[in-house]
Amino acid sequence: MAKIDAVMGWKELDLGCVIRQPGSSRAFKTGDWRSQRPVVDRDKCIKCGLCWVYCPDLAMVPAEDGYYAVSLDYCKGCGICAKECPKDAITMVLEED
Amino acid sequence: MEVSIAASEAVKLADVDVIAAYPITPQTHIVEHLSEVVADGELDAAFVPVESEHSAMSCCLGSSAAGARTFTATSSQGLALMHEILFIAPAMRLPIVMVVANRALSGPISIWNDHSDIMAEQDIAWIQTFAENGQEVFDLVLHAFRVAEDSKVLLPVIVNLDGFTLSHVIEPIEILDKAEVDKYLPPYKPKVRLDPRKPVSMGLVGIPEIYTEAKKATDEVLINSKKIVLKAWKEFGDLFGRYYNPVESYKTEGAEVILITMGSISETAMTAIDKMREKGLPVGLVRFRLWKPFPAPEFKKAIAGAQTLAVVDRALSPGGACGPVAEEIKAALYAERGRPKVFNFIAGLGGRDVTVENFEEIVSKAFAYAKKRPKQFYEMIGVREI
Repeated sequence: MAKIDAVMGWKELDLGCVIRQPGSSRAFKTGDWRSQRPVVDRDKCIKCGLCWVYCPDLAMVPAEDGYYAVSLDYCKGCGICAKECPKDAITMVLEED
Repeated sequence: MEVSIAASEAVKLADVDVIAAYPITPQTHIVEHLSEVVADGELDAAFVPVESEHSAMSCCLGSSAAGARTFTATSSQGLALMHEILFIAPAMRLPIVMVVANRALSGPISIWNDHSDIMAEQDIAWIQTFAENGQEVFDLVLHAFRVAEDSKVLLPVIVNLDGFTLSHVIEPIEILDKAEVDKYLPPYKPKVRLDPRKPVSMGLVGIPEIYTEAKKATDEVLINSKKIVLKAWKEFGDLFGRYYNPVESYKTEGAEVILITMGSISETAMTAIDKMREKGLPVGLVRFRLWKPFPAPEFKKAIAGAQTLAVVDRALSPGGACGPVAEEIKAALYAERGRPKVFNFIAGLGGRDVTVENFEEIVSKAFAYAKKRPKQFYEMIGVREI
């Protein structure tokens, strides 16, 4: 189960649970119920960026060297990146624990 | 004036900004009249003719979230179609006001009056009142806006009125003028609203870590809203001379049996009480005007001293212990020492009249059951056993 940094009491909630600070979902790490994670083989990767385009959760992060890194804070292990990769450079491996 | 027209005149005097509604018998005259006053320029409001009640309530959420004073009205199947949206308004603390012209739910198809539509919506966390005559309808609609928009409340309110037996009846009704209403009902000042200059997010996901707390917060504000409900009635009385209470008593002094009713049948019940009192029967009447939050302390005070309660429900809770009103009452009294016996009678389903004779029958059965407990927990009055 996901954890949130601050566990608020009912008296602390804002009126009707409004969120006044935009972008708060960034603080909510949603990747911890993943059962598989993508592993990128840089020898096969051609830096085409299709994994980045297809990832429904922006969990493929462009790196400075042109490759793509997986953000495991948000990756839910759906496997779309592995399916779409034209070079089969991405493999889904089971999370051990 | 027809009671439906009085309801819409109250909405007009409240100077609402948005009305989103779909017509359904017997609520039709309310929205029909409101669309006329908007079209005629008597009321500067947006009238949104939506394609369903589901859309009506969704539209109301949006307009109320934007800070607009918002009204809608519905009935029966229309209320049922709103069901999933109804819970969201109090969770988002949106002070929408809705009139429900109470009507039976299908099936069989029925356009006539009972309380099965609203009793299916017991857990929506709206404040709910029940009117028993035309004047009350007018007054309660203004009261509803006043309570809903109070900064300590900010919850939606339903005013229930009986379909046809109230909505389509013509009665003498005192209509207040705009200056008087303005004294009672200040302009709505939302604490938070959708505004591109100051963006907020509303209606978000409540993950398991926060859902319970969110529900607790809404429940607390609903329970505590009773103080404002009472204050707003007191102020209404001080200004206009008509005082209202969450629970009303009629000839309960020395009553051994007390009838419990809600809505317009209460007036017939009073006639029945008069008749039975003349015969020397120690009977009285207690009726609910405030249904949610359930006014338990006021109710217990009103029935103090009675040995027997005859609770009249206008909805069936099939397969359950008893009707919804009796259930609430039994739960409220369970922990009380020397609590009265409670007998439950289901009457007036799907538009069947509840007559003075019916009330006499109910009271005489209650006296008999007090001596010898019946086998069943509730019974339907006037049902043909053949």
